Amino acid sequence: MSDTAQSGQPLPAGVDGLVHDWQADQQTFKGVPWAKSMMWIFLLSDTFIFACFLVGYMKVRITATEPWPDAAAVFALPAFGIDVPLLLIAIMTFILISSSGTMALAVKYGYERNRNKTFWLIIATAVLGASFVGLQIFEWYKLIDDGVRPWGNPFGAPQFGAAFFLITGFHGTHVTIGVIFLLIIAFKVRNGALEEERPGFLTKRRGRYEMVETVGLYWHFVDLVWVFIFAFFYLW
Amino acid sequence: MAAEQGQQHPLRTYLWIWLWLFIFSVGSYIVDISPLADMVKWSLITFFMLLKAGLIIAVFMHMVWERMSIVTAVLVPAGVLVFLMFMMIFEGYYILGTRLTFFST
Repeated sequence: MSDTAQSGQPLPAGVDGLVHDWQADQQTFKGVPWAKSMMWIFLLSDTFIFACFLVGYMKVRITATEPWPDAAAVFALPAFGIDVPLLLIAIMTFILISSSGTMALAVKYGYERNRNKTFWLIIATAVLGASFVGLQIFEWYKLIDDGVRPWGNPFGAPQFGAAFFLITGFHGTHVTIGVIFLLIIAFKVRNGALEEERPGFLTKRRGRYEMVETVGLYWHFVDLVWVFIFAFFYLW
Repeated sequence: MAAEQGQQHPLRTYLWIWLWLFIFSVGSYIVDISPLADMVKWSLITFFMLLKAGLIIAVFMHMVWERMSIVTAVLVPAGVLVFLMFMMIFEGYYILGTRLTFFST
């Protein structure tokens, strides 16, 4: 599969390797399964989508003549008798980081052919992801209840609602899709479809443990996007 | 190195990165609720954000172990977005200026 095996010669590393790979006739991204390089290309395009949303949010926030709502106050939740700022968002952030950690370990145990551990770690990732979406639904419910709409809100600049629903909605959709794919891969791991390289029911691609890493890349990307949303939208 | 066996790294590496991600998240939350303001607050938030993003990309997504051809193919186009951001900052303040000049009553 990889070019290392075909030529039998070790590939040069670093900048020499960069030149060598790009002047190759057949395959540029050597040593990785094509599905993994395609996942990287997809994530790059997704990066552009989220970057456009975040830059758009930055732009409307700069150009808004009314004061921007204070996120710490808008997203505060009453707990222990006081309004804790960003309580829900902080919990969601920790849930997503935890899920990234379990996913990284799932990829590691997948390559070690430890089916049981891989299965349960992916399931843990999916459960954490699903609870993230659940908390996000609660957050949306609370904000809509407070009167936040895409065209206006009681706290300040009307663009706040539009940016909030677009960005968190798009991110939540990504998490939901990720949970679905995680569950599919988890059951493929459990029933041995990757171990025995059985073809998938839809694409007929042979099962490989790199699939765990590929879906893991997507999951880490979702966490990565949240890092930026957390900083720019909630903390800034 | 990415070989036929795929990415295999010691458990310790992942656990340490995981811990650091938690620490940086707590750090950015503390910055937000602390009395720090404006430039100091924003630079600290950005600092923690970039640290977290860097760790996730480098270790969890295995970028430090990939070949340079895939690293540059992913990071260089993404880096161009920083340029877009700065263009939009300058244009945004220009628009704000015109709005304040012509639409304020």
